[in-house]
Amino acid sequence: MPAGIVRIGEIAVSDESARHADPGRPATVRSAPQSAPSVPAPRSGEVAPDRVATGTADRTAEVSDRGDAVCVIGAGGSGLAAIKNFKQYGFDVDCYERETGVGGAWNWRHERSPVYASTHLISSKPFTQFPDFPMPDDWPDYPHHSTLLTYFERYADHFGLREHIWFGTEVVKVVPTSDEPTTTWDVTVRGVRGGALKTLRYAAVVVANGHNWAPKLPRYDGLDSFAGTVLHASAYKDAAQVRGKRVLVVGAGNTGCDIAVEAAQQGAKCWHSSRRGYWYAPKYALGKPADQVNDRVLGMGLPLRLRQWLFHLTMRATVGDLTRFGLPKPDHKVFETHPIANSQLVYHVGHGGIVPVPDVERFERNQVIFTDGRTADPDVVVLATGYLPRFEFLTPDLFGADERGRPSLRWQMFGPAHPTLSFAGLVQPDGGIFTIAHWQTELAAAWLRLAETAPERALKWWTRAAEPGRRYADADVKDSSRHWLEISHWVYLKALQRALTDLTSGKVKTT
Amino acid sequence: MSTRIMRPREWADPPRPVTREVLAVQPDAAPTAPPVLFVPGFGQGAWVYAEHWLEHTAGRGFPAYAMSVRGHGGSGSAGKTTMRAYVHDVTQVAAGLPRQAVLVGHGAGALIVAMAMARYPVKAGVLVAPVFGGPFAAVAAAARNPLGVLPALVGGRLRPRRKQLFSRNLPVEEQKAYLARRGRAAARAQWQLIQPGEPEEPVGAPPVLVVGSPDDRLVSRGDLERVARRYEGAPLLFPGMGHDMMLDARWVEPLDAILDWLEKTA
Repeated sequence: MPAGIVRIGEIAVSDESARHADPGRPATVRSAPQSAPSVPAPRSGEVAPDRVATGTADRTAEVSDRGDAVCVIGAGGSGLAAIKNFKQYGFDVDCYERETGVGGAWNWRHERSPVYASTHLISSKPFTQFPDFPMPDDWPDYPHHSTLLTYFERYADHFGLREHIWFGTEVVKVVPTSDEPTTTWDVTVRGVRGGALKTLRYAAVVVANGHNWAPKLPRYDGLDSFAGTVLHASAYKDAAQVRGKRVLVVGAGNTGCDIAVEAAQQGAKCWHSSRRGYWYAPKYALGKPADQVNDRVLGMGLPLRLRQWLFHLTMRATVGDLTRFGLPKPDHKVFETHPIANSQLVYHVGHGGIVPVPDVERFERNQVIFTDGRTADPDVVVLATGYLPRFEFLTPDLFGADERGRPSLRWQMFGPAHPTLSFAGLVQPDGGIFTIAHWQTELAAAWLRLAETAPERALKWWTRAAEPGRRYADADVKDSSRHWLEISHWVYLKALQRALTDLTSGKVKTT
Repeated sequence: MSTRIMRPREWADPPRPVTREVLAVQPDAAPTAPPVLFVPGFGQGAWVYAEHWLEHTAGRGFPAYAMSVRGHGGSGSAGKTTMRAYVHDVTQVAAGLPRQAVLVGHGAGALIVAMAMARYPVKAGVLVAPVFGGPFAAVAAAARNPLGVLPALVGGRLRPRRKQLFSRNLPVEEQKAYLARRGRAAARAQWQLIQPGEPEEPVGAPPVLVVGSPDDRLVSRGDLERVARRYEGAPLLFPGMGHDMMLDARWVEPLDAILDWLEKTA
C-alpha cells in the first residue's frame, strides 16, 4: 500500500482525495442523523406482533413477521422502481437505505456515490427514464447528475414512496427461511450508526444496493513506492483535483474517458492508459442522440453483422480512423464490449491534450512505465478501473456466485433457486439502467402476485425459467469482470417481454 | 394482452417538444385528494374546463388542472402531429404534477387519456362522452353529419353541429360563442381516429369510470356501453345533456358524480 492510502475494507481511498471529495466530511465516517435503527412495526391485524417465528437461521432471534410485505434494499433509482412497482401490485413495501436521501449512486452527498461534479448521463432520456414517468421535455438530451437526482426525488414524491423508506438503516443479513422456491426471508437490519439488530420476515426481497460503489483496484509493481497521489475514480469528485497537475488516467471506460477529458481541459498534461482499443462513439450522430439513431436501426430488425458494418461505417464517417490519433485499434467488433459514449476524447487527443498510452507495466518512485517502454511522470494517477458487485448480506450461493464472485442469476435478476429473491438494476446495459430496473421489478411483482392468486401457475412458470447466468448481449461479450453484467437493452428487454407475457397472459397452464 | 415493453419507435423518435398550456386552480386548504388533470377533445383547449369545471373541482378539495394538447388552445404546435404526440403531451403534463394524477378526458380526449393510461399509471381514469373512433363509428358519424365529417377524410376539419354538442337548456348565444371558439385537430390525428384498433390496456390496473348522456347525438348509448364494458363497468348516464357536458347547462351534475366516485375510489 502506498503511504497516502487508507484501507477501508476492500476500498482503498487516498486521504488526499477524500479531503477534496467533501471538505466537511471525513471519508470513513458516515453522518446519518439517526443513531437508533428505525424499523417498521409488524403488521397489525391477523398477524400477531413480534411473534417468535420458527425455522429462522438464527433460532434465538425474535422475528417480526411482516406477512406478505416486500423488503427492498436500497433507495437508489432501481430501489425506487421496486417500491413503486410492488406497491402498484398491491404489496406493502419496506425499503432500507443506508443514507438519508434517495438517489443512491446519483446522490452526490452519499458516501458511496461515485459521481463527480461534471457527471452527465451517457444515454439519452428515452433510454434512461422510467417508462411510465417520462423526463420533462425541457430537460436536455443528456441530463446532468444533479438533474437525475431531481428526477428520482420527483418520482419518489409523485408516487408517495418516501413513507416506505427507512433511512439511515442498513441490511446486515438476508436468510431464506426454507429451501422452497417460494420461501420467505428473514432480513436483519440495524441503524448505520450502530444500535440493536432487528430481524423481520418478508415474503420477498429485492436487492437494489447498486454495483458501482466497491472499487476494483488493479495491482501494479512499485505502486507502494510511487511518490505521487493515487486515487480510484470513486474518489474523484471535482476538476480541482487535477487542475494544473500532470495526470495519468488508467482505464478507458466511460468514467476514465470523462476524467481524461477533464484533465486535458484543466490539468497541465494528461496521459490516458487503456489496455485495449475501444470504439469511442459520439454522443450525437446525424443530429440526434446516437443511441436513438442506433435504436432506429435496431427497430428495422437488421441482422447484427449488418448493424456492426453500419456502425463501423458511421464511426469512420464521424470519428475517423482512431489509429491516426495514436489510439489503439479496437481489437473487437462494436457491441462486443460496453459502448463508450464520449465525443470529446478523440477531440482532445487531436489537440494534444491527451496522450494515449498502453497498459501500465510498473510504477517507480517518480515515474510510470508503460508496456511499450514509454514513461510518464504524473503528479496524480486516477485509477478508473471500475467496480465489483458486492452483496455482503447474502451468502454467495444465493446469487449463484462463482469463485471470482461473479453473480449467475435467472434472467439476470432472479436468484438461481428463488423467485422471491430478485436483483434490480444489476446490469450494465448499452443504455440507462432505470428503464430496465422498472421492467425487472414489474416482472418480480407480477410473479409474486401470481404466486398468491394462482400458486401452481406461478411455480409452473418458474420451472421454465431461463437458466442461471445466461447472457443477454447480441454479440460475443468479452469475458472480463468489467463485462460481467453487460447486456444489450434490446436483447434483454425482449427476453423480459417474453417472460412477462408468459406470466400474465395465462399461457402458463398448470395441466 | 400483456404490458408492452418494446417501444423502439418511442425510444428512437420521441415527439418534438412544444410549449404546453396548463391551467390550474388549487383548493384553499392543503389538498389530501389527488390532482385531477382534464384533457379536452379534438378542436378544444383547456378553456372548456376553465368555464366551470376547474373551479368546482378545486372547490371540492382536488387540485384541478386542465391542459391543451399541441395545436390546441394556448399550446404550441410542431408539424406532423399524431395521436402519439397528443398522448406524449398528456403523459408529460401528468408526470409533471406533484402527485399521482387522475386523468379525465372528454370526446376524442377520452381516447387520448385511454392511450395515455397505458404509458402512465393513473390514480384513476374518467372517460367523459368518449369518442374511441374506428371505421364503424366514422360511418355512423358521417351519416349523422355528412357535411361536418366527410371533409375530414381529405384533411379538412371536423365540424360537429351545434345541436350535437349542447342541449336546449343552454342559451343559443352561448352555444354559438362556444362553437366559434373551436379549433381543429391535426389531419393525421383525425385520420388515425377512424382507423380500426383499440387502446392498450392501462398500466397498474386503475379504476376507470365512463360518463355520458343517452341524449348525446355524437356518442350513442351503445358506444358508451361498449367503452364501459372494456373497463368492466357500466356508463354513468345523465339524460338531457349534449356532448359537451362541461359546457352544457347542467354541467355540475356529471362533475359532482365524477368527484363523488373519485372520493370513494381514488
